[in-house]
Amino acid sequence: MPMKFNEPAGANPIDRQKVIGKPFDRIEGPLKVTGRAPYAYERHDAVENPAVGFVVGAGIAKGRIKSIDVTAARKAPGVLAVVTAETAGKLGLGKYNIAKLLGGPEIDHYHQAIAVVVAESFEQARAAAGLLRVDYAAEKGVFDLRGTKDTSVKPKPSGGDEPDSAKGDFAGAFEAAAVKLDETYTTPDHAHAMMEPHASMASWDGNKVTVWTSNQMIDWGVSDLAKTLGLPKENVRLVSPYVGGGFGGKLFLRADAVLAALGAKAAGRPVKVALPRPLVFNNTTHRPATVQRVRIGAGRDGKITAIGHETWSGNLPNGKPENAIDQTRLLYAGANRMTATRLALLNLPEGNAMRAPGEAPGLMALEIAMDEMAGKLGMDPVEFRILNDTQVDPENPERKFSQRRLSECFRIGSGRFGWSARKQPGETRDGRWLVGMGVATAFRGNLVMKSAARARLAADGRITVETDMTDIGTGTYTIIAQTTAEMLGVPLTQIDVKLGDSAFPVSAGSGGQWGANSATSGVYACCVKLREAIARQAGLDPLKADFADGQVTADGKSVALAGVANARDIVVEDGIEFGDLDKRYAQSTFGAHFVEIGVDHATGESRIRRMLAVCAAGRILNPKSARSQVIGAMTMGAGAALMEELAVDKERGFFVNHDLAGYEVPVHADIPHQEVVFLDETDPYSSPMKAKGVGELGICGVAAAVANAIYNATGVRVRDYPITLDKLLSAMPEVG
Amino acid sequence: MKAFSYERARTPAEAAAAAAEHEDAKFIAGGTNLLDLMKLEIETPAHLIDVNGLALDTIETTPEGGLKIGALVRNTDLAAHKRVRKDYALLTRALMAGASGQLRNKATTAGNLLQRTRCPYFYDTAQPCNKRSPGSGCAAIGGFSRQLGLVGVSDACIATHPSDMGVAMRALDAVVETVKPDGETRTIPVAEFHRLPGDTPHVENALEKGELITAMTLPAPVGGKHVYRKVRDRASYAFALISVGAVVQPDGTGRVAIGGVAPKPWRVEAAEADMKRGAKAVADGLFANARPTHHNEFKRTLAERTLGSVLTEARG
Ligand SMILES: Cc1cc2nc3c(=O)[nH]c(=O)nc-3n(C[C@H](O)[C@H](O)[C@H](O)COP(=O)(O)OP(=O)(O)OC[C@H]3O[C@@H](n4cnc5c(N)ncnc54)[C@H](O)[C@@H]3O)c2cc1C
Ligand code: SF4
Repeated sequence: MPMKFNEPAGANPIDRQKVIGKPFDRIEGPLKVTGRAPYAYERHDAVENPAVGFVVGAGIAKGRIKSIDVTAARKAPGVLAVVTAETAGKLGLGKYNIAKLLGGPEIDHYHQAIAVVVAESFEQARAAAGLLRVDYAAEKGVFDLRGTKDTSVKPKPSGGDEPDSAKGDFAGAFEAAAVKLDETYTTPDHAHAMMEPHASMASWDGNKVTVWTSNQMIDWGVSDLAKTLGLPKENVRLVSPYVGGGFGGKLFLRADAVLAALGAKAAGRPVKVALPRPLVFNNTTHRPATVQRVRIGAGRDGKITAIGHETWSGNLPNGKPENAIDQTRLLYAGANRMTATRLALLNLPEGNAMRAPGEAPGLMALEIAMDEMAGKLGMDPVEFRILNDTQVDPENPERKFSQRRLSECFRIGSGRFGWSARKQPGETRDGRWLVGMGVATAFRGNLVMKSAARARLAADGRITVETDMTDIGTGTYTIIAQTTAEMLGVPLTQIDVKLGDSAFPVSAGSGGQWGANSATSGVYACCVKLREAIARQAGLDPLKADFADGQVTADGKSVALAGVANARDIVVEDGIEFGDLDKRYAQSTFGAHFVEIGVDHATGESRIRRMLAVCAAGRILNPKSARSQVIGAMTMGAGAALMEELAVDKERGFFVNHDLAGYEVPVHADIPHQEVVFLDETDPYSSPMKAKGVGELGICGVAAAVANAIYNATGVRVRDYPITLDKLLSAMPEVG
Repeated sequence: MKAFSYERARTPAEAAAAAAEHEDAKFIAGGTNLLDLMKLEIETPAHLIDVNGLALDTIETTPEGGLKIGALVRNTDLAAHKRVRKDYALLTRALMAGASGQLRNKATTAGNLLQRTRCPYFYDTAQPCNKRSPGSGCAAIGGFSRQLGLVGVSDACIATHPSDMGVAMRALDAVVETVKPDGETRTIPVAEFHRLPGDTPHVENALEKGELITAMTLPAPVGGKHVYRKVRDRASYAFALISVGAVVQPDGTGRVAIGGVAPKPWRVEAAEADMKRGAKAVADGLFANARPTHHNEFKRTLAERTLGSVLTEARG
């Protein structure tokens, strides 16, 4: 029976914070920086001499394959197999996929995989792939979100949320408001642009397949691979101990894993497949573009009386909308409210989760609107936000926030950043540069997911923890080791952590910033059980046992952990399940982003000068890895503000800039100085760890803070992201 | 990538002769552009002639007091050369604004001048592109053309030449030296080196089949202030939206070449007569026959404003 988390956590061993809360270096760091941490495509330790599969993507966005001629490819040197939808046999569709991972004859989107060519070497596979002759019958598709506003529909409820929400009389209150804003904002499609492309290596043993892969959610991946291949779930094993970045792009089973498995089956030997970089952008998922209308009404005192937020996005059939209104339901007070989500049919690649889905694009719009509103009211944007802060769910005022220190984030941030030095728009000049400051709220829901682990005490006192949890560069290995060390009262060096293998108990996985809190809570539950087992084995009362300094102590008797387990390891397995505390209490993470920027008065180039984030996100399990998450997220937010955009060819229906030269993300020179402050807090309503997440909080609001800083620098308001210089030029001052 | 044969040439004349012998031969220098294009099968040479051993990697003073830069001099070494920094600072600044440290360590003078466009449709072999496969059409016209050109372009192709170095070479009146397969050598002013697309955008320069670049020469220094301003969405490691390379003399006269707007480094000598009248007058001359797309018309304003800023800096 897993541990049930139904009531707020009381005092527990984690509160000691001897190991938890300390800035330990990542325990797998040395493996990574010395190149000894093997990623999926390099699992030559596990598989000898795999053949190599090269994926071919569709050259049209919509239509049919009339024919594929594989004759020349089959005959090319080194080729072992060519798999297409025609030869692959019947394939299922995963629960988390909406378009087939091996397309044909129907083509659902550009670069949908249509074949994998398997050869002895990568070069041979790639050369042979170039010999495929594909004849298409292309069809017209819909590719321009802005043209679909009238045909978009109210989507099915997703994630338990209705597409529309209403409270009070929004229309009446907005109409009557003394000060109003009604503006439309757009955010473009974004790519996860992780460093490691999607990659997998597959090996069959009879009708069982093992896939070494790069995936954030092992159990989802196992289920969907089994479903796709028509195998029982127990015949599929996924192994993903190291992930070179995911950001939501590796939440799901993707073509690399399916094609490695199909290629290996066809070739009769293990096969590895990595998506070539140009395929990553159109073959996999992306964050969908949005059009968002925000209306805010307030009294002259600055109190919001009406707030409305509508969002439009598009997706393939059966795809989900981007819930860009999410934060608006909870973020600011105001008696009269409405939100609406609409979804259009688009024949672009699948839109899906990317770091902080919903809030990241939603705050890009809402937090410019708040800045504009503060301007209309003649109020300081920090004060305007503090004035409209709330301690209760504004749609449902009986429901309190478990913990909410947003105003404190703003006050601390203002002081640290020197916010009071901010001048009126266009008033600060430093040589060629117009300089400005901007601020925005960071807000991201606190999700929790059930999570389990197995722990083992060996005779020498070493403790091994196994869970299918993943470390996507976030520091999971380290915080799980810290949790275990804290619970068992041993040094960090006594702990071995094994992750990302479906042979281990099912965890929360890495997504929605739930991973750190949920997975360590599962490990906490498992450690509670291990403590009982150890105490019993040591002949001590489990209820009284205290674990510290490598010993277990009860009733004045101490026993060293090394030696408790004898010939047989002590092994336990347990996990945690979350009750309805997240329904009874609104649970979120909070922060304030401050940005100073310079805009070249002549060219309109915007260059960030410094950034500060102040975050309130429960107990910080490891300030070093948490900071690393937040600065990375701030960097991604800066990219969204200034440069990131998947350029849609609206005729041909694909993302044109499909490589890392065309899809620009920030480089070091774009990010000169970042500071992160965490408020010292615990949230007992969240989990026994009293922690939340920070990995997505960090990106939420950043882009708007940058946008607001650009406005403060230049006096030019841009409502369409990214804020590239062409959108500023016509309003910039005379060159001099 | 298609399979290819490979040889190392020992002398420039031998390299050129070998190139003429093979149907589909290419020289390979740093390989930083060619290899990428081969992997995508945009370039499909059957034979590669490695020119790295040709001892064309020195910089020498010419009798006229200029510099002769070997075709194989690496971008890093060229930018760091004492005389270049002192007398042709525009060139150093342009080189340092390009690519990354690692790439500049590999990239050569000739390779840089011959790098191919970064038009995204050129890079996607599923798309029509007159430059990559003549007669197939141009996906960029009417497509996503924010990066592409507005002057010197044609109905067949609106691609730009992406080199930073080339902009400085053009402003400094560099001359390309070559050897042909028959051993004959010739010089080509950089102004005449790159071809405008017309209806043959796949023909990009004046080189004949097998012709090898051996050096680029710079005339004696012209003095003045040297400013290179590269404008881009991110602060580093990106191709120019536009760039301005200018040499400004104390009396306000000077030269200017623009990158990122045309199929070649863009300079209009006649427009430079207006240098004293300011950026607008010069830009009017530079862009007299511009045919921007909706996506890239901002480049006209941007170039003028950037030039204005550069002139202010040069005079200040
Ligand atoms: C990620 C990236 C970013 C970049 N950013 C920039 C940038 O910001 N600015 C910029 O200007 N450039 C940039 N570049 C381009 C870079 O400058 C070129 O790739 C480089 O200069 C090419 O030189 P190379 O010696 O490697 O040429 P190669 O790739 O070896 O050759 C290029 C071409 O020149 C031909 N060739 C080479 N030598 C000779 C010769 N002696 N005679 C005749 N033909 C010859 C080859 O056959 C080939 O067609 C970037 C490149 C990359 C990959
Ligand atoms: S602009 Fe030139 S390079 Fe680009 S697609 Fe058109 S023809 Fe090809």
